Amino acid sequence: MTKLIYLDHAATTYVKPQVLDVMLPYFTEHFGNPSSLHAVGRDAHKAIDAARTAIAKAIGARPEEICFTGGGSESDNMALKGVAEAYAKKGNHIITTAIEHHAILHTCEWLEKNRGCEVTYLPVDAEGKVTAEQVEAAIRPNTILISVMAANNEIGTLEPIKEIGAVAKKHGILFHTDAVQAVGAIPIDVNEMNVDLLSLTAHKFYGPKGIGALYIRKGVRVPSLIHGGAQERNRRAGTENLAGIVGLGKAIELATGRLEESSNRLIRLRDKLIDGLLERIPYSRLNGHRTDRLPNNVNLCFRYIEGESLLLRLDMEGIEGSSGSACTSGSLDPSHVLLAIGLPHEVAHGSLRLTLGDGTTEEDIDYVLDTLPGIVKTLREMSPLYDEAITNGTLGK
Amino acid sequence: MAMMYSEKVMDHFKNPRNVGELEDANGIGEVGNAKCGDIMRMYIKVENGVIEDVKFKTFGCGAAIATSSMATELIKGKSLEEAEKLTNAAVVEALEGLPPVKIHCSVLAEEAIKAAIENYHQRQAGGGEEACRADCPDCH
Repeated sequence: MTKLIYLDHAATTYVKPQVLDVMLPYFTEHFGNPSSLHAVGRDAHKAIDAARTAIAKAIGARPEEICFTGGGSESDNMALKGVAEAYAKKGNHIITTAIEHHAILHTCEWLEKNRGCEVTYLPVDAEGKVTAEQVEAAIRPNTILISVMAANNEIGTLEPIKEIGAVAKKHGILFHTDAVQAVGAIPIDVNEMNVDLLSLTAHKFYGPKGIGALYIRKGVRVPSLIHGGAQERNRRAGTENLAGIVGLGKAIELATGRLEESSNRLIRLRDKLIDGLLERIPYSRLNGHRTDRLPNNVNLCFRYIEGESLLLRLDMEGIEGSSGSACTSGSLDPSHVLLAIGLPHEVAHGSLRLTLGDGTTEEDIDYVLDTLPGIVKTLREMSPLYDEAITNGTLGK
Repeated sequence: MAMMYSEKVMDHFKNPRNVGELEDANGIGEVGNAKCGDIMRMYIKVENGVIEDVKFKTFGCGAAIATSSMATELIKGKSLEEAEKLTNAAVVEALEGLPPVKIHCSVLAEEAIKAAIENYHQRQAGGGEEACRADCPDCH
């Protein structure tokens, strides 16, 4: 079997050996319940404190502002539902964007349906950007929360978080950012960015799955989603995922420690892949902003072919990617992000997302450049749409 | 969305049978639409009531390609009457199963064949050369 070239790091990453190494003893020797009074418990508690400090440092926050959760989706739910509840007397209007992750969008829909919230879903431009001006124009007297993702998981576009944060601050409105794809990829500072709430999760930056955090600025009220014991300052009950937290702490330290170096390397490889594919494959386009994008994100649409069959063929050649086609999303519509940037359905169906990682080599990139064009050609030769375009002289239109 | 395709499905995906066009087709059927993400176009050459040759082109997922490939195999060399009786269930069975969410692809394949056969009849009756277009049921 050919070596697998994993290019789906936006979906999840492998756990780095250094991360796994620090985690393991917390399953066996240092296994205590951090709430226990005895030495075994105190030992565990210390480890959690250390991880909390590491996470706070990574985003410019204070340790007591970090609340551990089961991952990005839980953090998003906690932020939105918590603010909606705690600030209900102040208002019920939330501003977000059309390209958020489903953990934000579906929670907003739930709040509309079940908590009487009103939600404005701001449209984005053709490159996936929303502006601070748009946000400001949408503010109403009853707005209690603005939630805009720092970086989009599908097309990689980076949003103007600092500018939006400034607008939020000016109007005294809480600002949450889903930074799940951004932490470990671009510099994050909650004070510079005027962020009040931030979601992150370990498995996007070489930590384990099932553990994340919600940054909650001091003074911001976020009631519990999960009731029970007093863990996380009474904000999130449940015996802490000790090994997971230790892993999260180590992973965030590693990721943010050499951020500039690793992102420069990724950008170089990413750009080689983008430029090379656009050059070699006709009737293709890049989705998302060309430069204000995640260092590891490549997202293209290839006309006249469909995403799932593209992924299957790539998988046959040992290349692992993902797509925004309807078939891969399990619905009739292709990715809401691709539709939001204005792509017609049939173009959005032919999308491919490749996201690089720390283990991706130049040889991997070269292999994709050598292999993908042939696959697209084969699928086009089977496609009635390609045929039709040739017959009608509308190729590329 | 994880999903397992049977070996048979993967075989028909990797090595689809009867891909292409027929210059001298006397029945052409096209179903589905680009908006849904599935289009199948079937070309048949009928002689003496028998489907002498059949080719297809498909825009769609693994199941779409595999079901169209299998459908062409199932009708090639058959009489028109037999081919007209093709069901999507037969296609699914021949492929040794499809994930539930992909069953609609087999329905599309059945409809594409039937559209081609209907077009043949239309042409025989002096009708137009236009391919019969049936729309994907999931969208309507």
